[in-house]
Amino acid sequence: MAACKGARTSPGRCPAHVIRAGDYTPGQPHDDCKIPTCCIDPLLHLCSGLRYSHAMLAYLIQRLLGACLAMFGVVSIVFLFIHLIPGDPVEIMLGESATGADREALRLALGLHEALPAQYLHYLGGLLQLDLGYSIHQQQPVGHLLLERLPATGLLALVTLCLTIVLALPLGILAAIHRNTAWDSAAMGLSLLGVSIPNFWLGPLLILLFSLWLGWFPVSGQDGISSVVLPALTLSTGLTAVLSRMVRSSMLEVLHEDYLRTARAKGLPPARIILHHALRNALLPVITLLGLQLGALLAGAVVTETVFSWPGIGLLTIESIQSRDFPVVQACVLLISLTYILVNLLTDLVYAWIDPRIRLDGSSA
Amino acid sequence: MTTRLASVILLAWALLALLAPALPLSPNVIQLQHILDAPSAQAVFGYDDLGRDIGARLLVGARTSFLVAGWVVCLSLCLGTLFGALTAYRGGWWDRAATQLVDIFLAFPGILLAIALAGLLGPGLDNVVIALTVVGWVGYARLARAQVLTLKQREHVQAARALGSSQWYILRRHLLPLMAGALIVEATFGVAAVVIAEAGLSFLGLGVQPPLASWGAMIRDGTRYMLVAPHMVLAPGLSILAVVLAVNLLGDRLRDRFDTRLPTETGRQQ
Repeated sequence: MAACKGARTSPGRCPAHVIRAGDYTPGQPHDDCKIPTCCIDPLLHLCSGLRYSHAMLAYLIQRLLGACLAMFGVVSIVFLFIHLIPGDPVEIMLGESATGADREALRLALGLHEALPAQYLHYLGGLLQLDLGYSIHQQQPVGHLLLERLPATGLLALVTLCLTIVLALPLGILAAIHRNTAWDSAAMGLSLLGVSIPNFWLGPLLILLFSLWLGWFPVSGQDGISSVVLPALTLSTGLTAVLSRMVRSSMLEVLHEDYLRTARAKGLPPARIILHHALRNALLPVITLLGLQLGALLAGAVVTETVFSWPGIGLLTIESIQSRDFPVVQACVLLISLTYILVNLLTDLVYAWIDPRIRLDGSSA
Repeated sequence: MTTRLASVILLAWALLALLAPALPLSPNVIQLQHILDAPSAQAVFGYDDLGRDIGARLLVGARTSFLVAGWVVCLSLCLGTLFGALTAYRGGWWDRAATQLVDIFLAFPGILLAIALAGLLGPGLDNVVIALTVVGWVGYARLARAQVLTLKQREHVQAARALGSSQWYILRRHLLPLMAGALIVEATFGVAAVVIAEAGLSFLGLGVQPPLASWGAMIRDGTRYMLVAPHMVLAPGLSILAVVLAVNLLGDRLRDRFDTRLPTETGRQQ
C-alpha cells in the first residue's frame, strides 16, 4: 500500500492538500498538522475507492458544510455571551444609577424578557437580516458602527499582509539557500524573536524609537498614510516570523526535487531557478498558512489597534468591552470570527484552484 | 549553551514566582518622592508613576504570569487530552461530534474569544484562567485526537483490546505513554502562548485587578510615560521576552528530542 508519501516531510506541509488518489491509506489519519481548518477525515474515507475528481469535489463540499457548521457554532456561542455575564447584564450595562424604567426598557429592547430559545431565534433572525442590534452607548445601530470602523482595519490588514510578504519571502529564501550558515541562523533567530515578542510591547517600543525620538511617524491615531506604518510593522512581526520559517522549510523541501537538478543542469541562472522553479512550487503550503494567519492577524489587530489608537474593529471591541456595550462586543467578535472562517474557506478553494495537481478535472490522476 | 541559558531563565522565573510572597518586598508601597525615578543603585529597575519599586512589582508580575500559565496549561492539557483521546478512541459518532465542537472553538481566531470572555466575566486572576482555558484546551484535544487515531491501529493496542482490557486501562497504559512526548512539547509552547496572552489581557485592562501587578498591566501603565520614563515599559517587556524566548527555545529542543511526529511515521513504515 502506498503510504502517504511525501505528505509529512516538512512540519508545515498539510497532507490534506496533497490529494492524490492512492497516496492515502484508508483509515489512517493524517491530521496531526497544525492547520486547524483542514478536515481530512471525509477525504480519507472517500479517497480510498472513489475517483480522484469525485474525492476532490466531495472534499470541497465537506469543507463548505464544515464552514457553515462552524459559523453556526460561532453565532451560537456569541449569542450566549450576554448570558455568560455574572449577574444581571442590564444592571451591568446601565450602571447602578439607572432607573427601574430604563432597565425595563433595555431589557425589553434586548429581548431578555423572553425565554432563551425565543431569544435565540430572534437573534438568528436578526442576523439573517443583517440586524446586529443597537448600541446603547453610541445610540446607533451596531451595523453602522462596524461599517464606520471596517475601512481602517481593512487598510491595516492589507498593509500588514503586503509588508509580511515583502519581509518573509526574502528572509525564508535566504535562510533556505544558505542552509546551516550564519545567514540561516540569523534569519531563524530573527524569526524566533519575532514569535516571542508581544505586540503590546513592540508597539510602544516602535513608538518610542520612530515617533518620539526620530519623529518619523505619528504616535497614534489615523492621520495620513504614514500613520499606518508602525501599526502594520508591529502586526506583521509575528506573522513574518511564522511565514519565513514556513518559506524556509517549504523551499528546503523543494530544493531537493529532480526538476531543480534539471534546471541547474540546464545551466539556468540561479536567480531564475530560485524564483521561477523553486519558489513557485514552494509557495503552495505558504498560501495556506497565509490564509490561516490572516485570522491571527485580525485577532492581533485588537491589541495592536489599542496600542496605536487605530480606529478599527479591534479598538471598537476593546472600547465596547470597557463601556459594557455588549451588543457591540458580540457583533465585533462575530464579524472577526466569520471573516476568519470565510478567509480559510477561500484559501482552501484558491489552493485547489492554484495547484494543478489538485484541480477538479482530475486529468493528472 | 542556549538551552542551558533558557533553563536558567525558566528556573529563575519559577523560583522567584514561588518565593515572591516570602521575600521582603513592598510592591504596593507608594513613595511620592521617587515618582518615575530612573534605575539607581537603590532600586535597580527604578520607580513607576506612583513611586512604587518596579523591581518588586516585576517579581509579583512573575508570580502572576507563572500562576496563570501553570493553571491554564495544566487545566487545558488535562481537559483537552481527556476529551480528545476519549472521543477519538470511541470513534464514530463521538469523534465526529467532538471534531465539530473543536472546529467551532478554532473558528475564533487567536485570543479573541479569551478577550471577549475576560471582558464579559470581568477582571480578576480566576477569570483570566477561565478565559484562557476555554481557548486553550482545544489545541490539546486536537493533538490527542490525532495521536489516538493513529495509535489505536497499532498492534499492541489491538492486542490489548482483544484481551478485553478496559478503555481506561488502554488509554492509560498503552496510549498516554506514547502520546506524552507530543503533549509535553505542545504544553511547553503552550506556556509561552499563555504568558503572552495573560500579559496581553492585562495590557488591555482585562487581566488582574490593581494593585496586583502583571507584566502586561505594567507595560500599559508605562506607555503613558514613555518619553520621561522608558524604563517603565522596558523592564516588564524584557521580562516577558526573556521568559517567552526561553520557553520557545526549550520547546524547539524538546521537539527535536521527542520528535513528535514519530508515532505516526514509524506506524506507517512497512
